[in-house]
Amino acid sequence: MSIELRNISKKFGDFVAVDTINLHIETGELVALLGLSGSGKTTLLRIIAGLETPDTGEVLFHGEDASDVSVRERKVGFVFQHYALFRHMTVFENVAFGLRVVPRRARPAEAVIARRVHELLKLVQLDFLSDRYPSQLSGGQRQRVALARTLAVEPKVLLLDEPFGALDAKVRQELRRWLRRLHDEIKITSVFVTHDQEEALELANRIIVMNQGRIEQIGSAEEVYHHPANAFVYNFLGNVNLFHGRIENGRVFLGDTAVELENTHAHAHPETGKAVLYVRPHLLEIVLKPNGKQTFPATVKSINPAGPQVKIELVAEWGDMVQVEIDHERYQALHLEPGANVFLRPKEQKLFVYSI
Amino acid sequence: MVRIALITLAMVFVALFIFIPVIAVFAEALSKGIGAYFAAIADPEARAAIRLTLMTAAIAVPLNVTFGIAASWAIARFDFPGKQTLLTLIDIPFSVSPVISGMLFVLLLGVRAPLGGFLAAHGIRVIFAEPGIVLATLFVTFPLAARELIPIMQAVGSEEEEAAIVLGAGGWQMFFRVTIPNIKWGLLYGLVLCNARAMGEFGAVSVVSGHIRGHTNTMPLYVEILYNDFQFAAAFAVSSLLTMLAIATLIAKRFLERRVVPVKQAPDELAVKVAA
Repeated sequence: MSIELRNISKKFGDFVAVDTINLHIETGELVALLGLSGSGKTTLLRIIAGLETPDTGEVLFHGEDASDVSVRERKVGFVFQHYALFRHMTVFENVAFGLRVVPRRARPAEAVIARRVHELLKLVQLDFLSDRYPSQLSGGQRQRVALARTLAVEPKVLLLDEPFGALDAKVRQELRRWLRRLHDEIKITSVFVTHDQEEALELANRIIVMNQGRIEQIGSAEEVYHHPANAFVYNFLGNVNLFHGRIENGRVFLGDTAVELENTHAHAHPETGKAVLYVRPHLLEIVLKPNGKQTFPATVKSINPAGPQVKIELVAEWGDMVQVEIDHERYQALHLEPGANVFLRPKEQKLFVYSI
Repeated sequence: MVRIALITLAMVFVALFIFIPVIAVFAEALSKGIGAYFAAIADPEARAAIRLTLMTAAIAVPLNVTFGIAASWAIARFDFPGKQTLLTLIDIPFSVSPVISGMLFVLLLGVRAPLGGFLAAHGIRVIFAEPGIVLATLFVTFPLAARELIPIMQAVGSEEEEAAIVLGAGGWQMFFRVTIPNIKWGLLYGLVLCNARAMGEFGAVSVVSGHIRGHTNTMPLYVEILYNDFQFAAAFAVSSLLTMLAIATLIAKRFLERRVVPVKQAPDELAVKVAA
């Protein structure tokens, strides 16, 4: 089932949680709502589910206005951030709940319910835990029970609020892959909310980057990561160094040093103004000798060689902290020590300019 | 050494002020023999008092528990204007002396008050009659269930209720399958407290009752009358019933308290072991 949002706004008191959102989600898509806490992503998800009523705008399911359709009739599956498992019921009863509350005329027979529940528990690989209580399960197991419980009512849309937020890193990775496979299998239109960019990039067909109740960018992982629409998106997706400088007659100054930059992805900008240069840590090169106007001086502060890349922290001449990631080979060749004076050369950068 | 001293002190205190008086009640009650004990309880006036007390509790407890659930649910789930006021108002019966609570009803519903006069003209007596006793009892037991339930409702939160609705449950299905089971121990505890107070209330009830023997006497009022008539054995016999009720209530409370402990989440290692 496709979902369409038209001009959705929602305020809580004076706080604008969601600000005129327009959005179309295709049938079978797996979409991520990505943003910081307070960006309105959870509110938007709750509005889709019908748990919150928007102040303005409408939600359409399959092209039909769902404004007057109550939560229980919307046929949405909602997985809560903390799972909201019924603590007084066993895993089996939790999963069976949605089938048991069906009006008596349409309610499946007990044997049918039992079969369906066990099918679902097998799907989430938890059949052996069916008579345990939620408090006896680990976080990852609870998450999967919550998912099975939601799938029991055969929702047309699956909404997940921070599905992996409360889990530790290892379990999160595993469940992510598992959810991806599940979605490939059952092809249900799914929307999940996350503040974790990696999660969004890895899992979603499309990512909706939200900030302060608005959509900053919609696109595939490739698009939002490599072609960010604005400074916020670039900053939000992945580590980045910010250099505050200025642009004068088309020349970029960082501190007092004029730098000539190749490979600059600059947006249409005025010739003169305040400039912010964004460079990802792995796109900065450390060299020992200056190279004309393409390098600027910096001093090594600290070195962290643990991990696949060596992380080096430096201070630029004009005082900004700079993070650089280089590979181990290069690091060996450079013989870096804290305190060493070196030069930095951006290999690729983004320039966002604001008129003053 | 300090430990032994403190324990001894506590024990002596409990023995002096609680254990011995309780024993004394039963000893005095049985001082004229077991026959006199049962005769005192079987007395028609005593039976009327017992009946009235039970009836009062039977009305007051369900009403207050219903109110308690409604109020605590509203307070825990919604923000509405006047929420703080409601919270304060719920506490009033706690902070006002029971005698004043009784006076309040006399002022409002006595035959000389406009409302009371109107009711009397239509043949409804409230003060110095059973309705007054029930009203006064309702008033003093008013906060007990609500106070017990508000923090539990707040702690449980609304996520499970929302989950139930999203899964297709109707309002009542949600209420009986999710809300009530989540608060059931707190609810029982509130019920026990409310019942104890409803049966034992003296001050407020005393003011509105008029002490008409066989008609408007509850057990605590009847005990006082017997005592003032120097019928000590009979007074203590009826008292012993109230005492037994109190002890039963406390045992029930103790039993329930152990279950009201908030649901703790099992640590992940444990669950992993279970899974393995």
